[in-house]
Amino acid sequence: MKNLTRKQRQILLQGIITLSTLFILSIYLTPMGYGVVNSLKSKQQASDSSAPVLPSEIMTIEYEGKEYDVYEVPTADGQIQEWALIVKGRDNSQFIDPQNPEAGLVEWEGRWRTLVPVRELSLKWDNYPRAWNSINFLSLLGNTLTYALLSLIGAVSSSALVAYGFARFRFPYKNVLFIILIATIILPPAVTLVPTYAFFNRIGWTGTWLPLIVPQFFANAYNVFLLRQYFLTIPREMEDAAAIDGAGPLRTFFSVILPQAVPALTAVSLFHFFFAWNDFFGPLIYLAGNKDKFPISVGLTFFNGLYNSEPQLILAASIITMSLPLVIFFFAQRVFMQGIVITGVDK
Amino acid sequence: MGYFNNRLGRMAAKSTTKPKLTTMARREAWVGFAFISPWLIGFLAFYLIPMIASLWFSTLSFQLATPDQVDFVGADNWRRMLFNDPDVWQSLGVTLRFLGVALPIGMLSPIALALLLNSEYLIGKNLFRTLFYAPAMIPAIAGVLIWSQVLNPQTGWINRIIEYTTGYEAVGLEGLRWLDDPQLVYFAYVFIGLWSMGNAILVTLASLQGVPTELYEACEIDGAGWWRKLFSVTLPLISPVLFYNLVLSMVGLLQYFLTPYVLNGGNGYPQDSTLFYMIYFYKQAFGFANMGYGATLAWFMFLIALVITLVLFGTSRYWVYYATDPQ
Repeated sequence: MKNLTRKQRQILLQGIITLSTLFILSIYLTPMGYGVVNSLKSKQQASDSSAPVLPSEIMTIEYEGKEYDVYEVPTADGQIQEWALIVKGRDNSQFIDPQNPEAGLVEWEGRWRTLVPVRELSLKWDNYPRAWNSINFLSLLGNTLTYALLSLIGAVSSSALVAYGFARFRFPYKNVLFIILIATIILPPAVTLVPTYAFFNRIGWTGTWLPLIVPQFFANAYNVFLLRQYFLTIPREMEDAAAIDGAGPLRTFFSVILPQAVPALTAVSLFHFFFAWNDFFGPLIYLAGNKDKFPISVGLTFFNGLYNSEPQLILAASIITMSLPLVIFFFAQRVFMQGIVITGVDK
Repeated sequence: MGYFNNRLGRMAAKSTTKPKLTTMARREAWVGFAFISPWLIGFLAFYLIPMIASLWFSTLSFQLATPDQVDFVGADNWRRMLFNDPDVWQSLGVTLRFLGVALPIGMLSPIALALLLNSEYLIGKNLFRTLFYAPAMIPAIAGVLIWSQVLNPQTGWINRIIEYTTGYEAVGLEGLRWLDDPQLVYFAYVFIGLWSMGNAILVTLASLQGVPTELYEACEIDGAGWWRKLFSVTLPLISPVLFYNLVLSMVGLLQYFLTPYVLNGGNGYPQDSTLFYMIYFYKQAFGFANMGYGATLAWFMFLIALVITLVLFGTSRYWVYYATDPQ
């Protein structure tokens, strides 16, 4: 490296670093590739260990109204021809050349069983509608979206109020309360779960979405932290001006603060949406046995148990499940990633 | 978490005499309390009271199926858990063993990737950052299901790649059976978990970008190499974020549940090697609907998490570096 110019060294390092990153990324995303490829295979190919990597079928042609398989046939002149096998014989068989069917049947000496069939790419797109229907995806999607949206309204609005309280007002024990709020992030949820479950069971809420949605209306630490950080960066002048005009704290909050906090509110809404889309443990225990109310996460787990002989359908269902969050992420990644950084780095 | 330590330090330093509140200040305090009241109510209803109730439940014999036969049994549940239930220690052992494999890999990989993504020589940084983050957006269930097939000993790609590149016969029933081998299964779970390290990468990357470049320039003048810069400048300066990742990973791993539940329904396969503590808690509390014993197991987990967190915070002042004390 010593006798390279600065410029050459720079280019060399760029090449090495970028290529190795690309290499690591391709390993990291390998399962995605596997998922997509194998979700398009037939049932038989998806569970066959000797099946080729890409989804494929043995090529066939139609001859005089019937389907015949195509094989790679070595001919006397040393070439390999792709011929369809018409008449099977022990030591010689009759083929037809699909390029030139008018030439009629060709006699070939040798055992046809030793020949390799010709494969062509064959993508089983109908695995997707099949998975969609067998899992009753529409119902799962409806449940998940209803849960995500209702709890989103609760989580974002309550967290915004609480964050504004912590960002702007002086009151006794504010610091202690804020530390308690942050500490709830590391509290294992299990420790509160059993009595909460017993209580919701007593009032008849188990088997419904209520125990999952209602608690969201009481703010949570991540959202409050992020929104508070954002509110602290909003200059106070406009609130002072609003106060002079006679606006009360609530009025100021709605008409001055919220319109300026749209990026932070968007980030928090996105976090919550992804949380709800993923939420598994809560729905698993509270909706146990009530199949009509299952969200995608729990529904997919049950589907996995029922269809483990059809791996290609499980993959297709998984890919359907991940597509909406991924699409939302790719469109909103900037505001989303900023939010992660704020909650992670500032704390 | 830096916020946490700074605040605690400052509060300790504060004088204890309080000035009397004026009418204006009192009004402001009431408005403040009104704004935070949703959280105050939620904290009481969903954290404080259930925690106390959970401790109380741990002294009861309380089966959900027979809610009218609730008896006070004192320390019976605790005694059973600590001395007469081998599954408790089995599941704690499984959880700690997994922690031993998952924590080092789970801590080092995001640092390594963030360093790579922060490299001045990397072309297309933003695109790489997005693509490395993307798997974190995949719902965990879908990720686990896809991984379980990629790790399939016969049809999966992982074994095929290993066999193709190294020549080791990984494919087949005699090969690497990731999910059927009581040792390999932990590595399989760690691979699955790596798909969710996006947040840790992003947070580490952001804090790497916050390291002042003057420090590196000073190092170069002193003739320090890449490793020296990493250990003397980079790692100390990003240690608050590493601490944050460490605390969250530890507490998260204690509650490890989803992957084993999705893969084997929580039956511990193979040979009880995936009978994690949370799985056992779920079985007792919601499988057998044993509220009393379930609450005891939950409180025990809380105590373990508390001890670990306190130890981590206690050691943090020796290795976590806070440059700015916002006084």
